[in-house]
Amino acid sequence: MSARQVHGIVQPKSAASTILRVVLFAILGVFALYYLMPLMVMVMTALKPLAEIRTGTLLSLPHSPTLEPMLRAWDSACVGVRCEGLKPYVWNSIAMVVPSVLISTILGAVNGYALTKWRFRGAELIFGLMLFGAFIPFQVVLLPMARTLGLLGLAGTTTGLVLVHTVYGLAFTTLFFRNFFISVSDGIVQAAKVDGAGFFGIFFRIMLPMAPPAFVVTVIWQFTQIWNDFLFGIAFTAGDSNPATVALNNLVASSTGVKEYNVDMAAAIIAAVPTLIVYVLAGKYFVRGLAAGALKG
Amino acid sequence: MATSATDILVRIKRVDLWMPKLVVAPSFAASLFFVYGFIAWTIYISFTRSGILPRYEFVGLVQYVRLWDTPRWYVALENLLIFGGLFIVGCLIIGIILAILLDQRIRIEGAIRTIYLYPMAPSFIVTGTAWKWILNPGLGIEKLVRDLGFETFQFDWLVDRDMAIFTVVIAGVWQSSGYVMALFLAGLRSIDDEIMKAAAIDGAGPWRTYVGIVIPMLRPVFLSAIIVLSHLAIKSFDLVMALTAGGPGIATDLPATFMYAYAFQRSELGLAAASAVMMLATIMAVVVPYLYSELRAGRK
Repeated sequence: MSARQVHGIVQPKSAASTILRVVLFAILGVFALYYLMPLMVMVMTALKPLAEIRTGTLLSLPHSPTLEPMLRAWDSACVGVRCEGLKPYVWNSIAMVVPSVLISTILGAVNGYALTKWRFRGAELIFGLMLFGAFIPFQVVLLPMARTLGLLGLAGTTTGLVLVHTVYGLAFTTLFFRNFFISVSDGIVQAAKVDGAGFFGIFFRIMLPMAPPAFVVTVIWQFTQIWNDFLFGIAFTAGDSNPATVALNNLVASSTGVKEYNVDMAAAIIAAVPTLIVYVLAGKYFVRGLAAGALKG
Repeated sequence: MATSATDILVRIKRVDLWMPKLVVAPSFAASLFFVYGFIAWTIYISFTRSGILPRYEFVGLVQYVRLWDTPRWYVALENLLIFGGLFIVGCLIIGIILAILLDQRIRIEGAIRTIYLYPMAPSFIVTGTAWKWILNPGLGIEKLVRDLGFETFQFDWLVDRDMAIFTVVIAGVWQSSGYVMALFLAGLRSIDDEIMKAAAIDGAGPWRTYVGIVIPMLRPVFLSAIIVLSHLAIKSFDLVMALTAGGPGIATDLPATFMYAYAFQRSELGLAAASAVMMLATIMAVVVPYLYSELRAGRK
């Protein structure tokens, strides 16, 4: 998708085409506003005191901007009966995301390498069978998973969620690394084998040094998926062990007292910030993951 | 000395024979258990009378008969058709238009693409929360337009049984259309520039070039975008939960929220399992033929 390619059919320089360009930019600009509008509304609402929300409109700028809603959403707004804001749940999400992203990514890297560079009998079939896991609607595993977590004593725990996310992330991480390693020339691996390098020697000394892009794409993909997860979070945790997405939903849905829309929006911003930061910093890799996930959906 | 050196070499080789299988084994075993085993369990449970607790006595299609006798299931299916159809069409139209416009040598293309795609980064719960506020009947868009002077303006789809499903469409299209734009843009970039030039030389205007030549060439992109979007639509859960929680009443129930309600709120395991199996079957019907043709094309 390099921007330098010569493309398109609108020829510059003639008068008619100048008008066309203006129209073109106007349409693109309108769409940019369309996509940005909810984000702007969120930020502006989160910065307004409640009184201003009642008198103003969605798009009116805050007269006396305040960080109070943001602070309340972080550590004193009520989620259910617990009034400590989103903070404890954000920590739950972090405790869930870090191990499950790391484990699933490392396993995916080794799997992808073993399946492409050591094509043992049945490797293709194993990959095909594992890939299937990327397409299933997770509703079809919710019930047995709930029972399994219960039997393991992991029901309602962050450890349980780590297990769930690791297991169901493997299909994607294996897919990403397989697609990456399959493009690495087999010649290098053959030469290393002739030189006596073993399975892990080749992995650590030849494959890993080439693989940072695959790691970045996979880590970003897994981070975004797991941080944003709601289904597993709401099905397998309760109250104190909820991840941030579930807590946000509970906070917004709770109807005790005056509805504080500014705190709702501030909480939504808190839940969105980690993935938005990743997107801004590494958008290129995020989009690559999306493209790879196109096969997956 | 020489023999021991060969010994080591032979031993390493032997290690390497089973090492690849050994490292893949845990993941493969996990997949067999947590994917195939669990699906088998769910399918089996759908053939039993399981209620709050699973019961393992086989009773045939009882739960499926009940499922297709449940009015709420029809509400969920009808909503899926309305939501899925409009969501897919909306994303495709906005996606292809934006992709074509962005393909006109725009200097700030990178920045614009970043803006169009960012809705894919936050969770559906976040965007659902934001849209719930924007569509708020008292204080949202309705108030905005009224304050502009249209004092009788009404926009309360969020709490209107007949219209609420369309609010899910609005939020869904907003979140996913930029992604479809990126798919189409990649497709446009892979079309040979010579074709564009040839069309220009033949005197075809921009409209005819795109409608007559370029869009037909993008058929494979349309196909994969439709597959991805149907997959998203069938699995839709978070967005509805955040935006309407299936309400008002059950007006915006989808199969995924139906399954969740019967599994975790009404404790009807058998019926929930049957609905989950229906979801799996629907997704398989969409995805398997596509995957099969993709994998075959990949092997050539």
